[in-house]
Amino acid sequence: MTPEIGWPLILEIFIRFCMLSLLATGGALALAPTMHKYLVVEKGLINDTQFISSIALAQSAPGPNVLFVTVLGWQVAGFWGALATTMGALIPSALLAIYAGRKVLANSGSVWMKALREGLAPVAIGLTLATAIVLLKPWAGEWRVWALMLLSTAVAYFTRLAPLYSIIVGAIVGGFGFLQSVPA
Amino acid sequence: MIPDKPGVSELFWSFSKMSMQAFGGVLPLAERLIVTDRKWLTRKEFVEMLAVSQAMPGPNIINLAIMLGDKFQGWRGGFSAMMGCLTFPMILVSLLTLAFQSVADNPITKGALLGMGAVSIGLVVAMGIRLAASQGHYRIGWLALAGTIVAVGFGGLSLPQTILIFGIPAILIRLFQLRSQEKKIKPNDT
Repeated sequence: MTPEIGWPLILEIFIRFCMLSLLATGGALALAPTMHKYLVVEKGLINDTQFISSIALAQSAPGPNVLFVTVLGWQVAGFWGALATTMGALIPSALLAIYAGRKVLANSGSVWMKALREGLAPVAIGLTLATAIVLLKPWAGEWRVWALMLLSTAVAYFTRLAPLYSIIVGAIVGGFGFLQSVPA
Repeated sequence: MIPDKPGVSELFWSFSKMSMQAFGGVLPLAERLIVTDRKWLTRKEFVEMLAVSQAMPGPNIINLAIMLGDKFQGWRGGFSAMMGCLTFPMILVSLLTLAFQSVADNPITKGALLGMGAVSIGLVVAMGIRLAASQGHYRIGWLALAGTIVAVGFGGLSLPQTILIFGIPAILIRLFQLRSQEKKIKPNDT
Protein backbone atom coordinates (compact mmCIF):
# COMPACT_ATOMS: atom_id res chain seq x y z
CA MET A 1 0.00 0.00 0.00
CA THR A 2 2.21 2.79 -1.30
CA PRO A 3 0.90 6.34 -1.01
CA GLU A 4 0.26 8.11 -4.31
CA ILE A 5 2.55 10.98 -3.49
CA GLY A 6 5.47 8.68 -2.56
CA TRP A 7 7.23 7.93 0.70
CA PRO A 8 9.77 10.79 0.63
CA LEU A 9 7.00 13.39 0.62
CA ILE A 10 5.08 11.56 3.36
CA LEU A 11 8.23 11.66 5.47
CA GLU A 12 8.77 15.32 4.69
CA ILE A 13 5.21 16.14 5.76
CA PHE A 14 5.67 14.14 8.96
CA ILE A 15 8.88 15.99 9.84
CA ARG A 16 7.39 19.37 8.99
CA PHE A 17 4.37 18.72 11.21
CA CYS A 18 6.67 17.51 14.01
CA MET A 19 8.47 20.85 13.94
CA LEU A 20 5.19 22.76 13.92
CA SER A 21 3.99 20.69 16.85
CA LEU A 22 6.76 22.09 19.03
CA LEU A 23 5.87 25.66 18.04
CA ALA A 24 2.14 25.18 18.48
CA THR A 25 1.05 27.44 21.24
CA GLY A 26 -2.54 28.09 22.15
CA GLY A 27 -4.45 25.54 20.18
CA ALA A 28 -4.12 23.64 16.94
CA LEU A 29 -6.07 26.15 14.88
CA ALA A 30 -3.32 28.72 15.39
CA LEU A 31 -1.26 26.45 13.12
CA ALA A 32 -3.75 26.65 10.26
CA PRO A 33 -2.13 29.62 8.44
CA THR A 34 1.27 27.92 8.51
CA MET A 35 -0.10 24.56 7.38
CA HIS A 36 -2.02 26.29 4.59
CA LYS A 37 1.16 27.99 3.39
CA TYR A 38 3.01 24.67 3.32
CA LEU A 39 0.36 22.31 1.88
CA VAL A 40 -1.53 24.66 -0.46
CA VAL A 41 0.82 27.46 -1.47
CA GLU A 42 4.24 25.79 -1.44
CA LYS A 43 3.46 22.17 -2.25
CA GLY A 44 0.14 22.48 -4.07
CA LEU A 45 -0.98 19.14 -2.63
CA ILE A 46 -4.53 20.28 -1.95
CA ASN A 47 -6.56 23.34 -2.94
CA ASP A 48 -8.10 26.12 -0.86
CA THR A 49 -11.54 24.53 -0.71
CA GLN A 50 -10.07 21.24 0.50
CA PHE A 51 -8.16 23.07 3.18
CA ILE A 52 -11.13 24.92 4.64
CA SER A 53 -13.34 21.84 4.32
CA SER A 54 -10.85 20.02 6.58
CA ILE A 55 -11.62 22.46 9.36
CA ALA A 56 -15.33 22.14 8.59
CA LEU A 57 -15.34 18.33 8.71
CA ALA A 58 -13.35 18.27 11.96
CA GLN A 59 -15.76 20.71 13.56
CA SER A 60 -18.76 18.69 12.37
CA ALA A 61 -17.55 15.73 14.43
CA PRO A 62 -16.98 15.55 18.19
CA GLY A 63 -13.50 15.68 19.68
CA PRO A 64 -10.59 18.08 19.88
CA ASN A 65 -10.04 20.66 17.11
CA VAL A 66 -6.59 19.24 16.41
CA LEU A 67 -8.30 16.48 14.41
CA PHE A 68 -8.49 18.84 11.44
CA VAL A 69 -4.89 17.80 10.77
CA THR A 70 -6.14 14.21 10.38
CA VAL A 71 -8.62 15.35 7.74
CA LEU A 72 -5.90 17.39 6.02
CA GLY A 73 -3.75 14.26 5.92
CA TRP A 74 -6.53 12.15 4.38
CA GLN A 75 -7.02 14.76 1.65
CA VAL A 76 -3.29 15.08 0.97
CA ALA A 77 -2.42 11.39 0.74
CA GLY A 78 -5.08 9.04 2.09
CA PHE A 79 -4.36 6.81 5.07
CA TRP A 80 -0.60 7.37 5.20
CA GLY A 81 -1.08 11.09 4.85
CA ALA A 82 -3.50 11.09 7.78
CA LEU A 83 -1.05 9.06 9.84
CA ALA A 84 1.84 11.41 8.99
CA THR A 85 0.02 14.65 9.79
CA THR A 86 -1.67 13.35 12.94
CA MET A 87 1.40 11.68 14.43
CA GLY A 88 3.57 14.62 13.45
CA ALA A 89 1.26 17.15 15.04
CA LEU A 90 0.86 15.15 18.24
CA ILE A 91 3.94 13.09 19.14
CA PRO A 92 6.57 15.79 19.87
CA SER A 93 4.29 17.95 22.02
CA ALA A 94 2.90 14.87 23.79
CA LEU A 95 6.40 13.64 24.66
CA LEU A 96 7.22 17.09 25.95
CA ALA A 97 4.06 17.13 28.08
CA ILE A 98 4.96 13.73 29.58
CA TYR A 99 8.60 14.56 30.29
CA ALA A 100 8.38 18.23 31.18
CA GLY A 101 4.79 18.48 32.44
CA ARG A 102 5.61 17.57 36.04
CA LYS A 103 8.52 19.99 36.30
CA VAL A 104 6.59 22.82 34.72
CA LEU A 105 3.61 22.12 36.95
CA ALA A 106 5.80 22.32 40.03
CA ASN A 107 6.92 25.80 38.97
CA SER A 108 3.58 26.97 37.62
CA GLY A 109 3.44 29.88 40.04
CA SER A 110 6.78 31.33 38.96
CA VAL A 111 7.11 34.71 37.28
CA TRP A 112 8.68 33.07 34.25
CA MET A 113 5.69 30.80 33.70
CA LYS A 114 3.31 33.68 34.12
CA ALA A 115 5.21 35.83 31.63
CA LEU A 116 5.40 32.93 29.16
CA ARG A 117 1.66 32.41 29.35
CA GLU A 118 0.64 36.05 29.22
CA GLY A 119 3.14 36.86 26.49
CA LEU A 120 2.27 33.95 24.22
CA ALA A 121 -1.51 34.04 24.62
CA PRO A 122 -2.03 37.22 22.54
CA VAL A 123 0.14 35.83 19.74
CA ALA A 124 -1.85 32.60 19.74
CA ILE A 125 -5.11 34.54 19.58
CA GLY A 126 -3.72 36.70 16.76
CA LEU A 127 -2.77 33.56 14.84
CA THR A 128 -6.24 32.11 15.33
CA LEU A 129 -7.90 35.28 14.03
CA ALA A 130 -5.45 35.56 11.12
CA THR A 131 -6.68 32.11 10.04
CA ALA A 132 -9.83 33.72 8.67
CA ILE A 133 -7.90 36.18 6.51
CA VAL A 134 -5.44 33.61 5.19
CA LEU A 135 -8.00 30.94 4.42
CA LEU A 136 -10.68 33.13 2.89
CA LYS A 137 -8.33 35.30 0.83
CA PRO A 138 -8.98 33.26 -2.35
CA TRP A 139 -12.62 34.32 -2.11
CA ALA A 140 -11.74 38.00 -1.75
CA GLY A 141 -14.17 38.96 -4.52
CA GLU A 142 -16.95 36.66 -3.38
CA TRP A 143 -18.86 38.66 -0.78
CA ARG A 144 -21.37 35.91 -0.02
CA VAL A 145 -18.65 33.64 1.40
CA TRP A 146 -17.52 36.44 3.73
CA ALA A 147 -21.09 37.29 4.70
CA LEU A 148 -21.72 33.65 5.63
CA MET A 149 -18.51 33.59 7.67
CA LEU A 150 -19.42 36.79 9.54
CA LEU A 151 -22.95 35.57 10.17
CA SER A 152 -21.59 32.37 11.65
CA THR A 153 -19.17 34.39 13.81
CA ALA A 154 -22.06 36.47 15.15
CA VAL A 155 -24.24 33.45 15.87
CA ALA A 156 -21.40 31.62 17.64
CA TYR A 157 -20.45 34.70 19.63
CA PHE A 158 -23.88 35.85 20.73
CA THR A 159 -25.78 32.58 21.08
CA ARG A 160 -25.12 29.16 22.57
CA LEU A 161 -26.22 27.29 19.45
CA ALA A 162 -24.22 24.08 19.00
CA PRO A 163 -21.70 24.55 16.14
CA LEU A 164 -23.02 21.53 14.27
CA TYR A 165 -26.29 23.32 13.44
CA SER A 166 -24.47 26.30 11.97
CA ILE A 167 -22.33 23.98 9.88
CA ILE A 168 -25.43 22.19 8.58
CA VAL A 169 -26.89 25.55 7.54
CA GLY A 170 -23.61 26.30 5.75
CA ALA A 171 -23.79 22.97 3.93
CA ILE A 172 -27.34 23.69 2.77
CA VAL A 173 -26.55 27.25 1.64
CA GLY A 174 -23.47 26.07 -0.27
CA GLY A 175 -25.06 22.84 -1.52
CA PHE A 176 -27.89 24.71 -3.21
CA GLY A 177 -25.35 26.76 -5.11
CA PHE A 178 -25.76 30.09 -3.36
CA LEU A 179 -22.00 30.52 -3.22
CA GLN A 180 -19.84 31.02 -6.25
CA SER A 181 -17.27 28.33 -5.69
CA VAL A 182 -13.56 28.07 -6.18
CA PRO A 183 -11.93 30.82 -8.15
CA ALA A 184 -8.61 28.95 -8.10
CA MET B 1 -12.06 12.91 51.37
CA ILE B 2 -9.52 11.69 48.88
CA PRO B 3 -11.20 10.07 45.89
CA ASP B 4 -9.79 6.85 44.47
CA LYS B 5 -7.15 7.55 41.89
CA PRO B 6 -8.24 6.48 38.42
CA GLY B 7 -6.68 3.45 36.76
CA VAL B 8 -5.22 3.34 33.26
CA SER B 9 -8.31 1.95 31.56
CA GLU B 10 -10.66 4.20 33.53
CA LEU B 11 -8.68 7.19 32.23
CA PHE B 12 -9.04 5.97 28.66
CA TRP B 13 -12.78 5.37 28.87
CA SER B 14 -13.62 8.52 30.81
CA PHE B 15 -11.78 10.68 28.31
CA SER B 16 -13.30 8.76 25.38
CA LYS B 17 -16.79 9.32 26.64
CA MET B 18 -16.11 12.99 27.26
CA SER B 19 -14.45 13.58 23.90
CA MET B 20 -17.26 11.92 21.95
CA GLN B 21 -19.73 14.33 23.53
CA ALA B 22 -17.68 17.42 22.77
CA PHE B 23 -18.82 19.40 19.76
CA GLY B 24 -16.85 22.62 19.36
CA GLY B 25 -14.63 22.71 22.42
CA VAL B 26 -13.63 19.93 24.76
CA LEU B 27 -12.41 22.05 27.68
CA PRO B 28 -15.74 22.85 29.36
CA LEU B 29 -16.58 19.14 29.40
CA ALA B 30 -13.12 18.33 30.71
CA GLU B 31 -13.66 20.60 33.67
CA ARG B 32 -16.98 18.94 34.44
CA LEU B 33 -15.47 15.46 34.22
CA ILE B 34 -12.30 16.16 36.18
CA VAL B 35 -13.51 18.58 38.84
CA THR B 36 -17.26 18.17 39.27
CA ASP B 37 -18.01 14.53 38.47
CA ARG B 38 -14.89 12.52 39.37
CA LYS B 39 -13.21 14.97 41.74
CA TRP B 40 -9.79 13.95 40.45
CA LEU B 41 -8.60 17.53 40.97
CA THR B 42 -9.83 20.50 42.95
CA ARG B 43 -10.88 23.51 40.88
CA LYS B 44 -7.69 25.30 41.84
CA GLU B 45 -5.52 22.35 40.77
CA PHE B 46 -7.46 22.14 37.53
CA VAL B 47 -6.94 25.81 36.73
CA GLU B 48 -3.23 25.48 37.45
CA MET B 49 -2.90 22.42 35.24
CA LEU B 50 -4.89 24.11 32.48
CA ALA B 51 -2.63 27.16 32.62
CA VAL B 52 0.44 24.97 32.23
CA SER B 53 -1.13 23.01 29.37
CA GLN B 54 -1.81 26.32 27.62
CA ALA B 55 1.75 27.53 28.03
CA MET B 56 3.23 24.33 26.61
CA PRO B 57 3.20 23.56 22.88
CA GLY B 58 0.51 21.24 21.59
CA PRO B 59 -3.28 21.13 21.84
CA ASN B 60 -4.39 22.29 25.30
CA ILE B 61 -6.83 19.48 25.96
CA ILE B 62 -4.29 16.83 24.95
CA ASN B 63 -1.63 18.35 27.21
CA LEU B 64 -4.13 18.50 30.04
CA ALA B 65 -5.16 14.86 29.55
CA ILE B 66 -1.52 13.78 29.47
CA MET B 67 -0.58 15.66 32.63
CA LEU B 68 -3.63 14.42 34.49
CA GLY B 69 -3.03 10.81 33.45
CA ASP B 70 0.64 11.14 34.32
CA LYS B 71 -0.19 12.46 37.77
CA PHE B 72 -2.13 9.33 38.65
CA GLN B 73 -0.58 6.53 36.59
CA GLY B 74 2.72 7.79 35.17
CA TRP B 75 3.34 7.82 31.42
CA ARG B 76 0.92 4.93 30.85
CA GLY B 77 -1.84 7.00 32.38
CA GLY B 78 -0.86 10.02 30.30
CA PHE B 79 -0.85 7.95 27.13
CA SER B 80 -4.21 6.32 27.77
CA ALA B 81 -5.88 9.63 28.66
CA MET B 82 -4.52 11.13 25.42
CA MET B 83 -5.69 8.15 23.36
CA GLY B 84 -9.05 8.43 25.05
CA CYS B 85 -9.43 11.97 23.73
CA LEU B 86 -8.39 10.98 20.24
CA THR B 87 -9.24 7.39 19.25
CA PHE B 88 -12.99 7.40 18.67
CA PRO B 89 -13.29 10.98 17.35
CA MET B 90 -10.42 10.22 14.97
CA ILE B 91 -12.19 7.15 13.61
CA LEU B 92 -15.40 9.12 13.23
CA VAL B 93 -13.79 12.09 11.49
CA SER B 94 -11.93 9.74 9.14
CA LEU B 95 -15.16 8.00 8.14
CA LEU B 96 -16.79 11.37 7.61
CA THR B 97 -13.89 12.48 5.40
CA LEU B 98 -14.03 9.30 3.33
CA ALA B 99 -17.78 9.70 2.90
CA PHE B 100 -17.33 13.23 1.60
CA GLN B 101 -14.41 12.24 -0.60
CA SER B 102 -16.46 9.54 -2.31
CA VAL B 103 -18.81 12.24 -3.58
CA ALA B 104 -16.14 14.96 -3.94
CA ASP B 105 -16.63 15.55 -7.67
CA ASN B 106 -20.28 16.35 -7.28
CA PRO B 107 -20.91 20.11 -7.61
CA ILE B 108 -23.39 19.97 -4.72
CA THR B 109 -20.68 18.50 -2.47
CA LYS B 110 -18.24 21.18 -3.56
CA GLY B 111 -20.72 23.93 -2.77
CA ALA B 112 -21.68 22.33 0.53
CA LEU B 113 -18.05 22.00 1.61
CA LEU B 114 -17.39 25.65 0.78
CA GLY B 115 -20.44 26.69 2.82
CA MET B 116 -19.37 24.47 5.72
CA GLY B 117 -15.86 25.86 5.48
CA ALA B 118 -17.03 29.47 5.61
CA VAL B 119 -19.20 28.70 8.64
CA SER B 120 -16.45 26.82 10.44
CA ILE B 121 -14.02 29.68 9.93
CA GLY B 122 -16.67 31.92 11.45
CA LEU B 123 -16.69 29.58 14.47
CA VAL B 124 -12.92 29.88 14.73
CA VAL B 125 -13.16 33.69 14.62
CA ALA B 126 -15.82 33.71 17.35
CA MET B 127 -13.54 31.55 19.50
CA GLY B 128 -10.67 33.97 18.86
CA ILE B 129 -12.80 36.98 19.80
CA ARG B 130 -13.93 35.25 23.01
CA LEU B 131 -10.35 34.52 23.95
CA ALA B 132 -9.32 38.07 23.11
CA ALA B 133 -12.12 39.42 25.29
CA SER B 134 -10.78 37.42 28.23
CA GLN B 135 -7.34 39.02 27.83
CA GLY B 136 -6.19 41.31 30.60
CA HIS B 137 -4.90 44.84 30.37
CA TYR B 138 -1.44 43.95 29.14
CA ARG B 139 -1.02 46.67 26.49
CA ILE B 140 1.98 45.14 24.76
CA GLY B 141 -0.04 41.94 24.51
CA TRP B 142 -2.78 43.72 22.58
CA LEU B 143 -0.15 45.22 20.32
CA ALA B 144 1.32 41.76 19.69
CA LEU B 145 -2.17 40.42 18.99
CA ALA B 146 -2.95 43.10 16.41
CA GLY B 147 0.52 42.85 14.89
CA THR B 148 0.18 39.08 14.53
CA ILE B 149 -3.18 39.37 12.74
CA VAL B 150 -1.84 41.88 10.22
CA ALA B 151 1.58 40.28 9.67
CA VAL B 152 0.27 36.72 9.35
CA GLY B 153 -3.01 37.57 7.63
CA PHE B 154 -1.67 39.99 5.05
CA GLY B 155 2.10 39.63 5.17
CA GLY B 156 2.27 35.84 5.18
CA LEU B 157 4.65 35.76 8.15
CA SER B 158 5.70 32.22 9.13
CA LEU B 159 5.15 30.71 12.55
CA PRO B 160 8.80 30.85 13.73
CA GLN B 161 9.05 34.46 12.52
CA THR B 162 5.83 35.34 14.35
CA ILE B 163 7.05 33.85 17.61
CA LEU B 164 10.40 35.61 17.20
CA ILE B 165 9.02 39.05 16.29
CA PHE B 166 5.89 39.19 18.46
CA GLY B 167 6.02 36.31 20.98
CA ILE B 168 9.50 36.65 22.47
CA PRO B 169 9.31 40.45 23.01
CA ALA B 170 5.81 40.11 24.52
CA ILE B 171 7.11 37.46 26.96
CA LEU B 172 10.22 39.42 27.91
CA ILE B 173 8.40 42.71 28.43
CA ARG B 174 5.81 40.90 30.54
CA LEU B 175 8.57 39.29 32.57
CA PHE B 176 10.16 42.68 33.15
CA GLN B 177 6.81 44.17 34.22
CA LEU B 178 6.00 41.31 36.59
CA ARG B 179 9.46 41.52 38.15
CA SER B 180 9.15 45.22 38.81
CA GLN B 181 5.64 44.74 40.23
CA GLU B 182 7.02 42.16 42.64
CA LYS B 183 9.67 44.60 43.81
CA LYS B 184 7.05 47.27 44.42
CA ILE B 185 4.99 44.93 46.58
CA LYS B 186 7.95 43.68 48.58
CA PRO B 187 10.54 46.46 48.83
CA ASN B 188 13.95 45.51 50.24
CA ASP B 189 12.84 41.90 50.49
CA THR B 190 15.79 39.75 49.58
